[in-house]
Amino acid sequence: MKTLRDVPVGADAVIKRLHGEGALKRRVMDMGLTRGTQVHVRKVAPLGDPLELTVRGYELSLRKQDAALVEVE
Amino acid sequence: MAIRIALAGNPNSGKTTLFNALTGARQYVGNWPGVTVERKEGKLKLNSNSQQEDIILQDLPGVYSLSPYTLEEVIARNYLVDDKPDAIINIVDGTNLERNLYLSTQLAELGIPMLIAVNMMDVVRKQGDHIDLSQLSRQMGVAVMPLSALTGEGAQAAAQTAVQLAREGRSPSLPHVFHGPVEHALAHIEDALEHRHHGPLHHHHEGNLTHDGEAVPASLRRWYAIKLFERDEKVLAQLRLAADVRQDIEQAITACEAEMDDDAQSIITNQRYAYIQSLMTVALRRKRAAGELSTSDRIDRVVTNRLLGFPIFIAVMFLVYYIAVTSIGAVVTDFTNDTFFGTWIIPWLERQLPAWGVSDWLTGLMTEGIVGGVGAVLGFVPQMFVLFFMLAILEDIGYMARVAFIMDRIFRRFGLSGKSFIPMLIGSGCSVPGIMASRTIENQRDRRMTIITTSFIPCGAKLPIIALIAGTVLGGAWWVGPLCYFIGIAAVVVSGIILKKTRWFAGDPAPFVMELPAYHLSSLQGVLRSTWERGFSFIKRAGTVILLSSIVIWFLKSYGWVDGQFAAVEDMDHSVLAAMGNVVAPLFSPLGFGTWQNTVATVLGLVAKEEVVNVFGVLYGVGEGALDLVDEGAFDKLAPIAMNFTSLAAISFLTFNLLCAPCFAAIGAIKREMNNWRWTAFAVGYQTVFAYVISFIIYQLGMMATTAFQPMHLLPLALLAGLLYLVFSPNPHERTLKPQAAQA
Repeated sequence: MKTLRDVPVGADAVIKRLHGEGALKRRVMDMGLTRGTQVHVRKVAPLGDPLELTVRGYELSLRKQDAALVEVE
Repeated sequence: MAIRIALAGNPNSGKTTLFNALTGARQYVGNWPGVTVERKEGKLKLNSNSQQEDIILQDLPGVYSLSPYTLEEVIARNYLVDDKPDAIINIVDGTNLERNLYLSTQLAELGIPMLIAVNMMDVVRKQGDHIDLSQLSRQMGVAVMPLSALTGEGAQAAAQTAVQLAREGRSPSLPHVFHGPVEHALAHIEDALEHRHHGPLHHHHEGNLTHDGEAVPASLRRWYAIKLFERDEKVLAQLRLAADVRQDIEQAITACEAEMDDDAQSIITNQRYAYIQSLMTVALRRKRAAGELSTSDRIDRVVTNRLLGFPIFIAVMFLVYYIAVTSIGAVVTDFTNDTFFGTWIIPWLERQLPAWGVSDWLTGLMTEGIVGGVGAVLGFVPQMFVLFFMLAILEDIGYMARVAFIMDRIFRRFGLSGKSFIPMLIGSGCSVPGIMASRTIENQRDRRMTIITTSFIPCGAKLPIIALIAGTVLGGAWWVGPLCYFIGIAAVVVSGIILKKTRWFAGDPAPFVMELPAYHLSSLQGVLRSTWERGFSFIKRAGTVILLSSIVIWFLKSYGWVDGQFAAVEDMDHSVLAAMGNVVAPLFSPLGFGTWQNTVATVLGLVAKEEVVNVFGVLYGVGEGALDLVDEGAFDKLAPIAMNFTSLAAISFLTFNLLCAPCFAAIGAIKREMNNWRWTAFAVGYQTVFAYVISFIIYQLGMMATTAFQPMHLLPLALLAGLLYLVFSPNPHERTLKPQAAQA
């Protein structure tokens, strides 16, 4: 299963499915990371975590362990 | 009858600026009942209010959605559903339309007259993008108006329209967000609610029935249907449907899930965004191609750069503190303390009051007690204002989000997030604004934990104590200062780890899914207002508390029993305060500093931490100006104080004062943010007990190293073992918790 965590910095990905449950999953979806959405991995924070993603035209910070729940094509 | 209008929107959408523009000074700021979330309400300032009725604008917490998972969302939706405002102004960030409209689709389902105000239209125009507002309005079935909060354009017009909508009272027509099997299922649920649910509608905060036997009101049926489809915990608890109705609905949901190969919540979210995307194709035209970097992105290439991010952050913070504390701040503070109070006010009072026939004791009370006490603290208000100002700028332009982004990795280790760093950073200047800064932390548990641990970091007022001990007792050792910061940080980490294992703080870590808003030039007005708000809040808090405690303490230290009579005392040794100190002092002997002078000094540290140094000066015969001597570095003159401490006792004393309860002003800030006396008491109690235990361990183990082992030494060893156990043992709550809806 390829996830958002595996996408290299600077690359794009399309979301296939969201795993996880409850508050985290809901928050991730509410922020626009839904099935079929294109995401761009902008960068990684200086200390190695979290990731900065570009989604729906804005910048979102997401921890790597949470990015692992976002399955991509 | 007053008209009530709710102001709802995403964080960073310019909601606060709009709220301020529409209410001006007529605001009331408090907390939502029983929780740590700020509540702002104000009277609308309409240029043309023909009718005389009051129009109240209720600012709702910034939210991205109306899910049941976070406190802010629950507060917002409870207000909208239960308190039913007359209209909603939904402020939307025009440069971020897609995500902002996600909330809009949900607000439109509440059956309340609504207006969408698209903010930052000036930025949109500058970027060369174009939003077709009338198209948007037609598709969504609500009024859509442009807004440019920074310049103020459109605010009055939006408010006027909202008031008009409120008076007309027409619910908006529902936009066609859902299709196919979902729409089908929703219609089915709505039907069930209309015809088969006869249960009473339970209201959230009251717990008793307010509508007996009434079904869900028609205007809210769609809202409830969607929530039921999402299996929303809060709604399910509220409606208490009959078992057969619930089963029927569950069947409809499951059938839909199977057909669409997805779970209910995802289905709803996907369809909402799909709807919005289709809206965008007709209503939004972007100039910038998808891959192009915006100005913000270009700035971030440097600011959150892998290599440059940290150094830049340190440089920025250094600059802020340099300006606030060292240069401008110090100059103004010195002027306030030395000149304003020292040369003008106090001597003037000392001359004038007796001249007006004011008695000696009242004069003493006013000069020494009130002006002296309050003045000492108010003396560093200018520094605070400058600090607040600089931090407000950083926050407003969007830099603080970058700080949380950079620091998150570290805080994640003990269950917090990067957002907890900012209060502590500010707390290194002064705990009061630091504690107030915890408001930005969404999760209430994390917020409480941050509030409790923020004052462990040495604040500016504790520096004189550190300097005194380091300079006199420890012979100017360079490592004392850094050690104190280390102790503070360690205390934060250890407390975080321990508290996370307790019932009240355990739970899944709050999701750290944070927006990095585009940088934008803040409006000076907004920054000044925020600075003033915080500064004034501090003065009010510090002012009242310190005033009262100054009076009380002045009295306690100036009066006592002399020759069997209760009268004014010349020497503090005979005062009531000393007597009280003598009673409490034994408590501190296990920590190595059990004299009444040390006790009194520590207690007076509750007024303001610098007071510890002042009191030492007075009680150990150095005179009134001990603080100045420390400032100047005249440590030889402070030797009389040093004589009372062994090195070990000094370290123990220092540790205790660094970690114990903060000054009254900070305690006041804790109370304000916790919004609860029990939590405040817990915070202060925890800090003091923690300080006591740590100092105890340090002193006793230190003594153990130099003297023979005694059975009594088992106690500190046991405590140390206990502490280590608490830190390193596995979290008992880790496996058992499921994701929970927020407790409002």
